[in-house]
Amino acid sequence: MRERHASQVGRRAREFEAFVAGAAGRLLHAATLLTAEAPADNPRARRLLTLALAQTYASWDRLRGEDPYARARQHLAARFAHGAWHRYGLLGRHHPDSGSVLARLSPQERLILVLRLYEGVAEEQTAALLGLPSERVQGIYARAMATLLHPPRSAAPAVPGARTVPS
Amino acid sequence: MKPHEREAAVRRMLERTPPQVPPGLHTEVVRRGGRMLRRRTVARRLMWLALLAATLAFVIWAWTARPWVEPPSTTTPPVSKW
Repeated sequence: MRERHASQVGRRAREFEAFVAGAAGRLLHAATLLTAEAPADNPRARRLLTLALAQTYASWDRLRGEDPYARARQHLAARFAHGAWHRYGLLGRHHPDSGSVLARLSPQERLILVLRLYEGVAEEQTAALLGLPSERVQGIYARAMATLLHPPRSAAPAVPGARTVPS
Repeated sequence: MKPHEREAAVRRMLERTPPQVPPGLHTEVVRRGGRMLRRRTVARRLMWLALLAATLAFVIWAWTARPWVEPPSTTTPPVSKW
């Protein structure tokens, strides 16, 4: 009985290690996109990933055939949404200055864009995950895409090559 | 641009420069996850203990107070003579 228990614990540890080895890279990339940090300097994203994976580890025995990656992603999104609420307030209008392409978007726009486009989560599932109506998710997604593809000229950072013409 | 092309363009933008996974990640995750599990176990045990203590306290109180026994009446005077 004790031996069987020990072998189960060992198998569980090996399975989890393999899962982390396979999923950490992609999840860390998603987390770095969410926090809009530079890929080389991402302490917030690392912390998010560590906590989300730790939660996945704690619920590993109760997955019951559910995809652990989906579960970890769910923890990551929930933790980010919760943290963004405290960090940026209700509207989330504070934009961090960093090297990320997503720095111009609000945390909610980043969350929906990353879930829908980078992670390929369906619109209904994203809506259910975030507790928003599906139409709202669609609207925020469209707005985020528009902001990324057509950056507003006034907010665009000064390009070194572009010079103003002296009058 | 068609919606499909727009999505592909933004996806390319997102997939540029993936970050490096820190080396000690698995150890740290297992440490934190293990602590979470232990805390949950302790919390569950405490809950059961509290439940047991409450049940025990109720049983002892009920056994000593016996609230189902009708208390002796205080309104009627005791019959002294016929």
